[in-house]
Amino acid sequence: MQLNGKNALVTGASRGIGREIALELARQGANVAVNFAGSEEKANEVVAEIKEMGRHAFAIQGNVGDSESVTAMMKHVFEQFTTLDILVNNAGITRDNLLMRMKETEWDDVITTNLKGVFLCTKAVTRQMMKQRHGRIINIASIVGVSGNAGQANYVAAKAGVIGLTKSTAKELAARGITVNAVAPGFITTDMTEQLTEDIQKTMLTQIPLARFGDPKDVAGVVTFLASEASGYMTGQTLHVDGGMVM
Amino acid sequence: MADVLERVTKIVVDRLNVEESEVKLEASFKEDLGADSLDVVELVMEFEDEFEMEISDEDAEKISTVGDAVNYIKSTM
Repeated sequence: MQLNGKNALVTGASRGIGREIALELARQGANVAVNFAGSEEKANEVVAEIKEMGRHAFAIQGNVGDSESVTAMMKHVFEQFTTLDILVNNAGITRDNLLMRMKETEWDDVITTNLKGVFLCTKAVTRQMMKQRHGRIINIASIVGVSGNAGQANYVAAKAGVIGLTKSTAKELAARGITVNAVAPGFITTDMTEQLTEDIQKTMLTQIPLARFGDPKDVAGVVTFLASEASGYMTGQTLHVDGGMVM
Repeated sequence: MADVLERVTKIVVDRLNVEESEVKLEASFKEDLGADSLDVVELVMEFEDEFEMEISDEDAEKISTVGDAVNYIKSTM
């Protein structure tokens, strides 16, 4: 298996894409710290599933947008893991609204979790990864961070920010053996997207050349590739996993 | 006291690939010893390990010469 013995932290791993990423990393041999914000029960289910595969796993509560919370979370992670090979910044929220109706708190909440959260978690693991002279940081952006999307100015700004942050971090850490890449999922079927109306879902389908919505597994496979040695000569890139929506 | 300088010098020589004779108290890591910003961050991390201490980001920013590092480390002992 390509990730045998590697230690990974996946933020927002109790549900949706993050859950599938945590499970797939484990299937490939990695031990996984399963971060969650609110859904402890779901996180424990993911942990149980990973343990059944014979890997080490534990659930860790933490709000990625809060520096004190991130510090406490990392302390716990490094008590369990002596090294950290893989960080997947996946935790994200949506507070959709038209720009002219968007409340300041809707803007701030999304930027804090989706963008500042990536900064805080990345900063917190950098020291360890620099010492190891090895590390893989994978940021989950979004295809709308590339294309824009009406009704999601806050989310799009945060995700476009993540893509820029990915490039800067990649340049800073490249000489230390750490690669930093982003994955930009398109329309992936999760709790978050099931809230969309059927009409919107139908319209979106016509824009996808591969003519189907994505599955969290589609994203998890690419993340696993970026976490593995196979992607060792790639850094600062954003891989679109969107059925060809944006080329 | 000389011990701190010796240990700091050894780390600087190893990390920055410089001659021991170049590592003077007044030598600036960046200007005289060819370090970039990340090298300095790594040096500070190695000082932390070597002397079993924690140097806050704020204090780390003030360390720009070999002497700064030696003085800071001594001040915490």
